[in-house]
Amino acid sequence: MFVARSIAADHKDLIHDVSYDFHGRRMATCSSDQSVKVWDKSESGEWHCTASWKTHSGSVWRVTWAHPEFGQVLASCSFDRTAAVWEEIVGESNDKQRGQSHWIKRTTLVDSRTSVTDVKFAPKHMGLMLTTCSADGVVRVYEAPDVMNLSQWSLQHEISCKLSCSCISWNPSSSRAHPPMIAVGSDDSNVMYGGKVQIYEYNDNTRKYAKAETLMTVTDAVHDIAFSPNLGRSFHVLAIATKDVRIFKLVPLRKESSSTGPTKFEVQIVAQFDNHNSQVWRVSWNITSTLLASSGDDGCVRLWKANYMDNWKCTGILKGDGSPVNGSSGQPGAMNTMVGSAVQTSQNALNGSAAGRYFFPPLDAPRAGSRYGHLLPPPSLIEHSDAQFSPHSQPLNTLPEHD
Amino acid sequence: MEEVDVEPTTTPIPGFDSNQKHLGFVWGPGDILVYETIYKASGGSAGGCPFVHEVRKDEDIYSPILRKLFNESHHIFVGLQRIREDLPSKNKKPQFVSISKNYRSVIRACMEELQQVLTTLKWWKPSLSTLKGVISMMSHLSLWCEQNFNIFCTLFFVCDPLAGSLVLHLLDWVRLHKADVDEKAREVLASESPAEHQAYWDVVISYVLQGRMDEARQVLVKQAALQPAARVMFKLLDNLLMKMPIFNPGETQTLTEFDVKWRHWREEVDHCLQDQSFASNRHLEDICKILVGDEDVLLEYKELLSTWYHFLVTRLLFSHPTVKPTELHYYAQVLTTTLYMIQKPLDSILLAAFEFDIHQVIKDCSIALNNWWFVGHLTDLLDHCKLLQSHNLHFGSNLREFLLLEYASGLFTHHSLWQLAVDYFDHCPEFGRVYLELQIERVPLDTERKALKVIRICEQRQMTEQVRSICKIMAKKALRNNRLGSALSWSIRAKDAAFATLISERFLQDYCAKGTFSDLDLIDNLGPAMLLSDRLTFLGKYREFHRLYGEKRFSDAAKLLLSLMTAKIAPHSFWMTLLTDALPLLEQKEVIFSADQTHELMFCLEELTSGKSVPTPDKPMQVLGTHPLTLYLMAVSLSIS
Repeated sequence: MFVARSIAADHKDLIHDVSYDFHGRRMATCSSDQSVKVWDKSESGEWHCTASWKTHSGSVWRVTWAHPEFGQVLASCSFDRTAAVWEEIVGESNDKQRGQSHWIKRTTLVDSRTSVTDVKFAPKHMGLMLTTCSADGVVRVYEAPDVMNLSQWSLQHEISCKLSCSCISWNPSSSRAHPPMIAVGSDDSNVMYGGKVQIYEYNDNTRKYAKAETLMTVTDAVHDIAFSPNLGRSFHVLAIATKDVRIFKLVPLRKESSSTGPTKFEVQIVAQFDNHNSQVWRVSWNITSTLLASSGDDGCVRLWKANYMDNWKCTGILKGDGSPVNGSSGQPGAMNTMVGSAVQTSQNALNGSAAGRYFFPPLDAPRAGSRYGHLLPPPSLIEHSDAQFSPHSQPLNTLPEHD
Repeated sequence: MEEVDVEPTTTPIPGFDSNQKHLGFVWGPGDILVYETIYKASGGSAGGCPFVHEVRKDEDIYSPILRKLFNESHHIFVGLQRIREDLPSKNKKPQFVSISKNYRSVIRACMEELQQVLTTLKWWKPSLSTLKGVISMMSHLSLWCEQNFNIFCTLFFVCDPLAGSLVLHLLDWVRLHKADVDEKAREVLASESPAEHQAYWDVVISYVLQGRMDEARQVLVKQAALQPAARVMFKLLDNLLMKMPIFNPGETQTLTEFDVKWRHWREEVDHCLQDQSFASNRHLEDICKILVGDEDVLLEYKELLSTWYHFLVTRLLFSHPTVKPTELHYYAQVLTTTLYMIQKPLDSILLAAFEFDIHQVIKDCSIALNNWWFVGHLTDLLDHCKLLQSHNLHFGSNLREFLLLEYASGLFTHHSLWQLAVDYFDHCPEFGRVYLELQIERVPLDTERKALKVIRICEQRQMTEQVRSICKIMAKKALRNNRLGSALSWSIRAKDAAFATLISERFLQDYCAKGTFSDLDLIDNLGPAMLLSDRLTFLGKYREFHRLYGEKRFSDAAKLLLSLMTAKIAPHSFWMTLLTDALPLLEQKEVIFSADQTHELMFCLEELTSGKSVPTPDKPMQVLGTHPLTLYLMAVSLSIS
């Protein structure tokens, strides 16, 4: 593998997510600078930024494309407690000449009371549906009943997961044998709270999502989760980013025909890798799920591949060449100390839990260039987090409002 | 089977320090985008993100020279899949052999082209050295592939029943590896006095080492002519070379007869050595010693033998000419444990091949070669020869499919080679179709032509959902660009009623605004497709009314117009327009609407106006009887009744 080209992204702050469109000809980037940028690939393979606009009033965590059957549609979610849906409209002719396109906000989804940590479109066979999850432990499923009118979205389901949610993944299978299924990961680091991955399944009779499974063996904070493409198999494969990379196989158990409850699964662990040394932050499958990529605290992206005997191995590593970062941060030395002190402060404050996405944003606009400065919790909370609390005695949504 | 641990390859990302930040990523169709980020919510420095890097996987795919290789081997592959299962195996074998040869010749063509490029590059700027390096590496590898594709096939399925002919095959193979002898020979023979050329003896001995006795004799003649005094000696050696028996399985001779003959000839050579017949000429004596397989002398010419396997083949030729395939690995092992160190991975692949360890060969090839071309095609061929099963690998067809899927997936990332991949997927019974479904719907639909091409491939394979999805995407795209006609025809193809309704509405709106229809060709020729949605039916029928009117077939037109309302095909919102359209027909001199029809028109108007019985502030209810159209219609109906 080799670096074919480098694209100057020109975001004013950290990039949190980059997302390819379905055909791989466009990408969207989002950042702590509160903006989203859309990039188009030219015939020659060059990337050009064709739109850049402020999307939220807080860090934008994730950006994702709808299936092109629904047009050119993006969804974003943010620390500002909202998710938003954007649609590209064919612009004025002079816009086109300048190679710019125009995106308009179709809706803002404001139901969450905390930072919206992930946003995903459901598989296209379910229609135009959008899911969000948030730090207050709620997964929300929205639907646009009229795909021609993206300004109308109705909240179809609210699933309470009881634990701060960090990530969601839809099971992409369109087989009739598999009801719609969604996996939710929690980044709550308290191992006492049990399994951090929950699987919810849609029940046709009750028309609700019900919990089908909790992966009890995953007790550490989960940062990302990804179902693999189904490939026509009866079972499902799920990759999880936690303190290591794990791959699970979920084999549906035969159901009694009279049973109306959710499917039960036999959960098998297929592989587990701790090569990232510490936390793993992202996992993602390629199109045909022959490769899994993960990103972790070692600052590397690792590629995992199964051979024909279903033995998984690391086949590639993408790693910085160690040359000084020539970003806007200036001297690497200075940056180093900054990172160090920030880690220390917040660890003292939060007992090491990754709770940054968990608190409400201040109402005044965040100071440019200090993404996490304003995330430090109010003093009263520090005492709370030092005290023993369980999810029941300390409901997540009773955190002090910050105004 | 034990798995060898292979170190994963590390790709450096420029300007990024893994110790300070995290590396975010996203999968693309043929690449990965990476960017620096910090995932920890608790740690963080401000600062922009300078770059998003595009990391590509397979560089080979992008070489135009290999493109030819991919194209041509695709033809051979498809041909191989067509060989019928039920043919008796003795009829199939020659076909397999010829396929193996075809593969080899496409690799050879590719290799020659690579070498040509390399020669032209020699004159280019030194800055191209990396490119040169890549090409020379590719050329080296393809050379290796070319040379070895056949020997693997030979070892694995050609030579087994005809014991004794193995050495011949091996000699052929070795000649490919040391093809430079012929070039050197030409140079020597073309020089003013060949016999005095410094490379003269190298050429003679090289020929002998490769078992090419006739060529060796021809070159030797030059020397003999120079040394009339030693004529007898030359004559003797010439005779020995000429008489060397070579087992030819085509002849009637049995292996035992050959063995007797060979031993006899060897005694004769031995005898000459003991007689010291060649003592006066060191070169001739060495040749004679080579003929009896003298190891010390062979080692002296290690330079000319260049590789351990050449050494092996030469030794077999002169010491064990009837070696059986099953004994091969024994001789190879002795050699590689005593005289040669095996270092290069390619050498260990050969060793595995001599051991008939097909699985090891395939596995090592997948690791050592940087794309799946070689292993994919080799495994497929071996699988067709039923060799994977006979070697007790229960995963036989899976291994083949696994490798072919890898190869085809690689092809799919290329903007035009993806079409070749389709056939490979077709011949992977287990996952081929799912892979194709997942991959093909992501082929960028840049133009209508490309979309049609993709749709044709899907239709041939009854992939209806993919066809629907592509049509839907195209319809959506056309609508965005305000190409209503194209949007309509794509949504008809997608059988998307809701979208067809929406576009029909747009057509009708456009008509109301401009008074004319666009895309007449399409609307006039809707045919049964019209039935996809009510609105589309109305659009088609309404346009038909316009056509009849234009053709002055007024009574047909009037009938149609009326039926659009009475049969409730027309949306209510459009009735006023229809009634207005009726006016010119009513104004014609001859009677077009019969009295009954005119009454029906009246009823329609009544229904329309009474339907608006709920007045809205901006649209006060129109009182029946005061509407100008009503008055007009009443007048007309009175006049004709």
